[in-house]
Amino acid sequence: MSAIVEFRNVAYAINGRALVENVSFNIESGDTVVFLGRSGSGKTTTLKLINRLIEPTSGDVLVEGKRTTDWDPIRLRRRIGYVIQDIGLFPHYTVERNVALVPSLESWPEARIHSRVNELLSLVGLDPEHFAKRLPRQLSGGQRQRVGVARALAADPSILLLDEPFGALDAITRSEIQKEFRDLQKRLGKTMVFVTHDLREAFILGNRIGLMKDGHLIALAPAAEFRKLNHPEARAFLESYE
Amino acid sequence: MRILDFMWTNRIEILQVTMEHLVMVAISILIAAAIGLPLGILMTRKQSMTRPILAFANIVQTVPSLALFGFLIPIPFIGGIGARTAIVALVLYSLLPIIRNTFTGISGVDPAIREAGRGMGMTDGQLLWKVEIPLALGVIFAGIRVATVIAVGVATIAAAVGAGGLGMFIFRGVSMVDSRLILAGAIPAATLALLADFGLGAVQKRFSKLLCLVCAVVALSSCSGPERIVVGSKNFSEQIILGEMLAQQIERKTNLQVDRRLNLGGTLVCHEALRSGQLDLYVEYTGTGLTAILKEPPSNDPARVYDTVKAAYDSRFGIEWTEPLGFNNTFAIIVRKADADTMNVKTISDAAPHTRKWTAGFGYEFIEREDGYPGLAKTYNLQFPSPPRVMDLGLSYKAVAERQVDFIAGNSTDGLISALGLVVLIDDKHYFPPYDAVPLVRRATVEKHPEIREALRALGGKISEDQMRRMNYAVDGEHKDVKQVVREFLAEVKE
Repeated sequence: MSAIVEFRNVAYAINGRALVENVSFNIESGDTVVFLGRSGSGKTTTLKLINRLIEPTSGDVLVEGKRTTDWDPIRLRRRIGYVIQDIGLFPHYTVERNVALVPSLESWPEARIHSRVNELLSLVGLDPEHFAKRLPRQLSGGQRQRVGVARALAADPSILLLDEPFGALDAITRSEIQKEFRDLQKRLGKTMVFVTHDLREAFILGNRIGLMKDGHLIALAPAAEFRKLNHPEARAFLESYE
Repeated sequence: MRILDFMWTNRIEILQVTMEHLVMVAISILIAAAIGLPLGILMTRKQSMTRPILAFANIVQTVPSLALFGFLIPIPFIGGIGARTAIVALVLYSLLPIIRNTFTGISGVDPAIREAGRGMGMTDGQLLWKVEIPLALGVIFAGIRVATVIAVGVATIAAAVGAGGLGMFIFRGVSMVDSRLILAGAIPAATLALLADFGLGAVQKRFSKLLCLVCAVVALSSCSGPERIVVGSKNFSEQIILGEMLAQQIERKTNLQVDRRLNLGGTLVCHEALRSGQLDLYVEYTGTGLTAILKEPPSNDPARVYDTVKAAYDSRFGIEWTEPLGFNNTFAIIVRKADADTMNVKTISDAAPHTRKWTAGFGYEFIEREDGYPGLAKTYNLQFPSPPRVMDLGLSYKAVAERQVDFIAGNSTDGLISALGLVVLIDDKHYFPPYDAVPLVRRATVEKHPEIREALRALGGKISEDQMRRMNYAVDGEHKDVKQVVREFLAEVKE
């Protein structure tokens, strides 16, 4: 099986300062990879390179075997779901219209959009009857994040990128939503790339964990093997976890 | 109550002028929005454009409005006199708040929302129209509202360049020292500003529909009619009366349609407008043409002055001096009658020794002009302890009557002189040159419509100084309608 996402010796620099350097990895279709690291370690940059919000300064990022720079960025991004920590729901759109964003950009017929929105809201545990017509400001933080996930899934993308999506939630809500998300992940079988600074979250959600420090990918290992790593950065995360 | 009565009596004219004002502001704001919104958006897209665009809008905003109108008059296509110049100026003034608020509003959209939109695969256009503009709309509209309120105010100054609007009342009121007229302009202007602000608040809620409606109204109202003869005048009562007189005379003696651009802001405005074809005729004074336009030294010989200006205007500007109307409106030095009586002052020479204790107040033109204050002070050895106060011509009458100044320069035909208890001092050294009133007309206009020359000839030598003073007083002192005063006068003119 070929890699759905592939980094070949990728670097990204801004004003001569490297944010990511010498990064190479493969992600197989259906895999879930969690990039773990401190603030400024380059994990969000890595994520943005996948949907071409930024382009590599050197090296190649391939999605479905094709360089991102050869993709039409708009087509590429509509095939990739994207959830960010601040969620970025459109405050002037109802929940329904937020979730329907990509399908309506893709000009799906009304009826199909409507049933898809209902399906997705139910999937993320929000009753469409109650929530469809609400505005984002009328929702709690956890509810908003669910809407954000539903929106990312709307056009049935094969890849889902999640940038600390649960970071702003309180501990209990976060723990609930993490478990629900893991179940969702199993049912959907999508390729997911997840960014977090929370090792617990990485263990709950990730098949593989990639550890980043100062723009370098130090290790990319199955979750079970991550505990055995000897690198000081890995030990630092494990110690704070235990 | 007197003001309300006055406004009620003149409601038709006030309403008409208010509409003019409104249309002028509406067109300007639409154009300013059509320019300002894209510029504001461009600034959010190209950071390098931000500084130059904002700098331009800032500089324009700091130019005093009257000066901006002055700059625009000689410029072809966008300048001249009339509504077009006013609209150009109003557009320039409205740009800053619109550009700035568009830029601020869009820049202020939460970056997370923008990133989510881009990450979701929205194109830049989709992001702009579906997300950024809707979210920035409140701020953008606040800018348009501010611009509109400013424009309603600035548009009152547009009357100085013949654009009409509520400023006409204000300017006329100032030159006639009639506070009812000033209020008749100022109250509707303030009301209009408040209503515009309120109305736009409502528009904000039903953005697109109402915008279409406004566009349609403006498009309809800006349809223009056939060619017309344009009569101008400067901004004091006598000029307005004479302008109205030329207009009525042409209307009753010919089949031509006349547009009135009365109350323009001074000699240079009228002259430039006549040269560039924005005006077809106005009344000028021989002495003014000689010194203010031709920049020649003053002369005391009326016939020589008339011949000089006639020849020079003909060859240099293509403008014809027709027959003089018959009166000489020279400068007049005016003091309070009470002072003149107690000090036994009859001539300017008599008054000279008293000037050490007096304050003078003069109009802008008088202070600047060669044949104005500088020469006067030299000829009569006037010695004011402080420099003369600069004030509007109309206001200076009020100022001297209320003892704020003691010595002013007015016009010899001014009706307010006796009405306010003032007196003209005799120019015993014949300092002031002749200022015979003569209608000026563009050569191109009389060649095309020779009947205008005939109509003007019928007025030649028909107005004496006394008659002019009486008409001025009827307007300034008795607050009679200019049109009526002129109509009555023309009815008695013998062919």
